[in-house]
Amino acid sequence: MRIRNLFSVVILTGVFSLLGAAIYVIMDAVDVAFTEAAVGAGVSTVLMLGTLALTTREEKASSSRRVLPAALLSLVTGAILIYGTLDMPDYGDGRAPIHLHVAPRYLNDSAQEIDIPNVVTSVLASYRGYDTLGETFVIFTAAMGVLAIIGRGRRRRKSGTTGEADK
Amino acid sequence: MEFPGLLVYWIIVVLMMMGLYIVVAQNNLVKKIVGLNVFQVSVFLLYITMGKIAEGTAPILADEIEIYSNPLPHVLILTAIVVGVATTSLGLALVVRIHEAYGSIEDDEILEQESDA
Repeated sequence: MRIRNLFSVVILTGVFSLLGAAIYVIMDAVDVAFTEAAVGAGVSTVLMLGTLALTTREEKASSSRRVLPAALLSLVTGAILIYGTLDMPDYGDGRAPIHLHVAPRYLNDSAQEIDIPNVVTSVLASYRGYDTLGETFVIFTAAMGVLAIIGRGRRRRKSGTTGEADK
Repeated sequence: MEFPGLLVYWIIVVLMMMGLYIVVAQNNLVKKIVGLNVFQVSVFLLYITMGKIAEGTAPILADEIEIYSNPLPHVLILTAIVVGVATTSLGLALVVRIHEAYGSIEDDEILEQESDA
């Protein structure tokens, strides 16, 4: 039951993202759903396929896995996390602390203050606009990083010694 | 009854641990990044489930609707999805670069070459 074809792995990841988007719709997060469908299932899949085109499509058959330490680590971490959820409010509970602080203000006042029916948009672009600005900086930094790693200098470095030349 | 209320979080924890397992256990770098993706989606789901209110609808204002789900987690996760793709692309760029330098994207082969050198 092991998939060695990385192409299938990537496509299945796209399917997984799309299913995630469906779950977001069920949980009323429509904006998140279409971002996930477009960016998670779309752009990520294309980026991974691009990586496969530049590297290899098949995992080597000799490839070994660290099953035992990984299983142990995830079981212990999972147990701790489940212990942590025991104090959480029930799913769908409207009196949970998360719903009592700023969210009512956004829902009650954003119609007068921002005049956009979609509350997610008014919070994203106005109340928490600095978050979105920070996000833009992160994307810019990531783009610079990608360019620095596999950008124009690549060909020149490749003609010299490969290996430690990336500094 | 407490059980159904927390079951959603437990399912998410299981998904999260699947992601962690893939990152640690898999030898192939592309598969490791897929594992990171799974982990990320589980964190997004955790936030979105916390924002859901029973009987609520999507937070788009309309006259006849009384209960809306909490819009704040949605905003945070919108930002996180885009940042997640940015980090994924950086990771994939590193994979391409590693393949150029070592001719392999298998963890053990890279380590072998490192210890030989």
